[in-house]
Amino acid sequence: MAKRIDVKDLDIYYGDFLAVKGVNMVIEPRAVTALIGPSGCGKSTFLRTLNRMHEVIPGARVSGEVRVDDQDLYAPGVDPVGVRRRVGMVFQRPNPFPTMSIYDNVVAGVKLNSTRMKKSEMDDLVEGSLKGANLWKEVKDRLDKPGSGLSGGQQQRLCIARTIAVKPDVVLMDEPCSALDPISTLAIEDLINELKSDYTIVIVTHNMQQAARVSDMTGFFNLKATGEPGHLVEYDDTQKIFSNPGQKATEDYISGRFG
Amino acid sequence: MPDIDLDVPDQRETQSPRPSRPDRSPVADTPLLRPNLPRYAAPAMLVVAFAIVLALGLTVWSTNPVALLLETAVLFGAAIFTASALVEGRRNAVDRLVTVVVTTFFLLALLPLVSVLVEVVSDGYKRFDLQFFTYSMRGVVGEGGGAYAAIMGTLIITAVTTVVSVPIGILTAVYLVEYSRESRLGKVLTFFVDVMTGIPSIVAGLFAVALFVLFLGPGARAGVIGAVALSVLMIPVVVRSTEEMLRLVPNELREASYALGVSRWRTIVKVVLRTSVAGIVTGVTLAVARIIGETAPLLVTVGTTTSSNLNPFSGRMATLPVFSYYEYAQPGIPREPYLDRAWAAALTLIIIVMALNLIARLVSRLFAPKTGR
Amino acid sequence: MSTTSADRPTTRETPRYGDRVFAGLATGAGVLILVVLAGVAGFLLWQALPALTAAPEDVRGGEGLFSYIYPLAFGTILTALIALVIATPLSVGIALFITHYAPRRIALALGYVVDLLAAVPSIIYGLWGVYVVAPASVPVATWLSQWLGFLPFFGPDPSASGRTTLVVGVVLAIMILPVMTAVNREVFLQTPTLHEEASLALGATRWEMIRMAVIPFGRSGVISGAMLGLGRALGETMAVAIILSVAAGVHLDIIGTANSGTIAADIALQFPESSGLDVNTLVASGLVLFFITLLVNMAARWIIARRAEFSGAN
Ligand SMILES: Nc1ncnc2c1ncn2[C@@H]1O[C@H](COP(=O)(O)OP(=O)(O)OP(=O)(O)O)[C@@H](O)[C@H]1O
Ligand SMILES: [Mg+2]
Repeated sequence: MAKRIDVKDLDIYYGDFLAVKGVNMVIEPRAVTALIGPSGCGKSTFLRTLNRMHEVIPGARVSGEVRVDDQDLYAPGVDPVGVRRRVGMVFQRPNPFPTMSIYDNVVAGVKLNSTRMKKSEMDDLVEGSLKGANLWKEVKDRLDKPGSGLSGGQQQRLCIARTIAVKPDVVLMDEPCSALDPISTLAIEDLINELKSDYTIVIVTHNMQQAARVSDMTGFFNLKATGEPGHLVEYDDTQKIFSNPGQKATEDYISGRFG
Repeated sequence: MPDIDLDVPDQRETQSPRPSRPDRSPVADTPLLRPNLPRYAAPAMLVVAFAIVLALGLTVWSTNPVALLLETAVLFGAAIFTASALVEGRRNAVDRLVTVVVTTFFLLALLPLVSVLVEVVSDGYKRFDLQFFTYSMRGVVGEGGGAYAAIMGTLIITAVTTVVSVPIGILTAVYLVEYSRESRLGKVLTFFVDVMTGIPSIVAGLFAVALFVLFLGPGARAGVIGAVALSVLMIPVVVRSTEEMLRLVPNELREASYALGVSRWRTIVKVVLRTSVAGIVTGVTLAVARIIGETAPLLVTVGTTTSSNLNPFSGRMATLPVFSYYEYAQPGIPREPYLDRAWAAALTLIIIVMALNLIARLVSRLFAPKTGR
Repeated sequence: MSTTSADRPTTRETPRYGDRVFAGLATGAGVLILVVLAGVAGFLLWQALPALTAAPEDVRGGEGLFSYIYPLAFGTILTALIALVIATPLSVGIALFITHYAPRRIALALGYVVDLLAAVPSIIYGLWGVYVVAPASVPVATWLSQWLGFLPFFGPDPSASGRTTLVVGVVLAIMILPVMTAVNREVFLQTPTLHEEASLALGATRWEMIRMAVIPFGRSGVISGAMLGLGRALGETMAVAIILSVAAGVHLDIIGTANSGTIAADIALQFPESSGLDVNTLVASGLVLFFITLLVNMAARWIIARRAEFSGAN
C-alpha cells in the first residue's frame, strides 16, 4: 500500500547544528523519487527523518511536519517503532545480520511483529520476498547459509528482501548501489522499477544517470556555503530537472559545472 | 486528531491472512499512532511502588537497601509491564521491562560500593586519630597503639615493588610496540602477559617464598620477598597500560624523528615515551593502587611484627593490610580496640587507594594530548 | 611500523651502540617476564615436590595429598561458580545500561564508578562481608532453607552467623563484577552501527535491537569476560579467608555452618603457622590453583584473540 509523503517546513538538527533547513515537498506514491546533491548537503539526513531514524543519533532532532497519509510522523503519540515498520530503509553498505542465515535475515523483521506464524506461511513469505528482490534463484538452495557469505550485490538484494518482507508502505534507499559493481547496480535498478508498482520509493544517489534512469521525480539539495544548512533547491519531474531545470544551480550541478 | 490506523493492539490475535488486503497477508500491523502511556505514568508508578515497599518495609518486612531496591523494582516492573501491555502492546511492554531490569542491575552494583564506603568510614573514624598515625604496636595490649610502622612498611614495600616493576614493565611494553613487529616472541609475550594478569595473588606470594628458599633457606620473611611477589602482580598491569599508551603515539612522529637522523633509541625515549608520559604515569598510578591493598602475598612473605622494622632486607615487617587483618583475626580481650584499629587501617587503606585513583584520573585529564571539542 | 631507516647501519658508532643496548634491554625485559612465569611454575613445583612424594600419613590431615586438596578444590570451584552465576547476568545488564541506556554524557562517569568497585582492597571486602553481608543474609538463608530445602544446596540448618559459601559467592560476585563489566562494555560498544540501524529500521524496539544485533555480536566477548571473572574468583584469597567458616570435607550445603574451604584462603590461613612438610603441602595446593587459573585464563584469552581475528577479517 504505497502512501504519499507530505513534508512541511522541516528543519533538521544535530544538537545545535542546523543541518537541513526548510524542506517542503510532496513525495508521490507508486513512484520513485530521487534525491541528488553535493556531498554533505543533507540528503541522508533528510532521508532518515522520513522514518524517524534520524533521532537514533544522540542529540538529533527535527522541527516541522512529515505527513504520511495525513498523519504527522512527529506528532505526539506516534510510535517511532511503528513508523519504521511502515517506512523501510536500505542502507548504503549492505548490512545483513552476520550471525543469521539468509532465511532468518529475511524474516528478521517479520518475527518481531508476529510471534505466532506457521512455518509454511513463513516459507511462503521468504520465497515471495526473495523473488520480489530478484534473489530467489540464486539462493534458494542455501537458505540456511549465513547471509554474510553472499556477494555485495546479493547482500544488498537480501537487505531489500528483508525490508519488503514486512510489507512497508515506503522504501527509503540511501545510495544503495554505491558499494556495488555495474552489473549488480543494474540488477538493483531493475528491481526498483518493479517495486515502484507497490511502494513509494525514495532513493539518494550520486549517480546522475541512475537518477535519470530510475526516478519519476527528482529533488536537488544544495548548500549555500560550507557551514550553512542544506536546503531543497528544486523539486520537479525528473524529465524536467534533467532537460530544463528551473534553477541555475541545478543546471550547473547536473551538467557537472559545479563548484 | 488524525483518524487513521487507530488499530487496537490485540489485532495480532487475528493476524492470519486477511482477505481484505491480500498483499500484506501474514504480517501483523504495528499501528502508526499507538495509544501511549502518559509521560507521568512511569514516574508516578515508581513513586507509588517505592512508597508501598517502604511502608511495608518499615512495618512488617525489612528496610535493607537491597531488599528495598529489589522489591521496588519487582513491583514497579510488574506494574509498568501490565499497564504498558494493556495500552501499548506486548512488545513495548517487554522493552519497558528490560529497561527496568537493566537499570536495577546498575543500581544494584552501586549499593555495595556505597555500603562499603559507609561501613569503613563509620567504623574506621573511631581510631582515626593522631596516635594511630604516630605510634606502632610495640608493647601495646588493648587500647592505644597505632599503625605507624604498618603505614611505613606498606610505603617502603610498595616503593621497592614500583622501582622493580616500572622499568621492567615499560621496557617490555617498548619491546612489544617498537621492536617485536609481530615476531613469535612478541605474540607469545603478549599472550602470557595477559595470562599473568590472572595469576592469583596468593600464588605470587608462594612463588616469592619458594624463590627465596634458594637464597635464605626455608621460613625466611623479609620486605623484599613481598616486593618480589607484588612485582609479579604489578608488572603485567604496567605492561598492558603502557602498551596501550605507546600504541596511541602516531607513526608520523616516529618517522619525522627518524627523518631528522635521530637514532632509534633516542626517538623512543625522547619522542615516543615523552609523548605518552601522562598515560604511562596514569597506568603506573593505577597499578600502584591495585597492589597497595594486597594482603595475601604479604601474609606469606613478610608476615607481621609489632615493632617498627623499616629495613625491607631483613626480617618481618608490619604492613597496613596485614595489620588490619591480624587486628581483626587475632584480637585480644576486649575485642573493641583491636577491631577499631582494624577498621581504622581499612579506612586509611581505602583513602590511599581512592586518592591514587583520583590522581590517576587527574593526571590523564590534565596532561592528555588535547583533542578537538 | 613501516620505516626501516633506523635499522640501517649508520656510520657513527655511538648511536648504533646505544640502539643495541636499548633494544637488548627491552628484549631482555620481555624475556625476563617469560622467565618469571616459567619460574613461578618451576619454583612452586620444586617446593611442592616433598609433599608429592611424602607418605600419606605425614601430610596434614593424615590421608595423603589428594584427600587434603580435593575438598579445597571443590570449595574453590563451588564459590567461584556461585559468583559467576550471579555476576554474569549482572555484568551484561550493567554493560548494556552503560552502553545503550544511560545518557551518553554520563555513561563514561558511570563506567568509572563501576571500576571503583575493583579498587577496593579484598581485605576490606572481607571485613564488609562479615559485618554487613553475612548478617543480612541470615533471613534470606532461612527462607531458602524453608522453601527450597529440597535442593541439596540449601540444608535444613542455615548458619546463624551467615558466614557461608553463599555469602562468599555473593561477595566474590561483587569483586569480579568490574572486570566482567569492562569486557562486556568494550564488546557492546564495538557493535557495528550498521547492524544496530538495520534492526531499528526494520521496526525493532531498543530491546529487540539489542537482541538482534548487540548480543549476537558480543556473545564470545561475554563468554571470555566471564572466564576472566572466573579466574579472579578462583584465586581470591582474603575475602574468603575472613568470611568463610570452614569445616573439613566436601559440603554441598551453601547456607550451613559447615563449608568447604578454598585453596587460596586455606593457604592464607595455614601458611603463617606452618613449617616443614606442611609448607610443601600448601605449596602443592597452590600449584593446583595456579594450573586451574592458568587454564581458565588461557581459555579466556584464546577466545578473545580468536574473536579479534574473526572480527578483523570482516
Ligand atoms: N551524526 C552526525 N552528527 C553531527 N553532524 C552530522 C552527523 N551526520 C551528518 N552530519 C552533518 O550533517 C550535514 C549533512 O550530512 P549528510 O550525511 O546528510 O550529507 P549527504 O548529503 O548525505 O552527503 P553524502 O552525499 O556525502 O552522503 C553535514 O554537514 C554533516 O557534517
Ligand atoms: Mg549520505
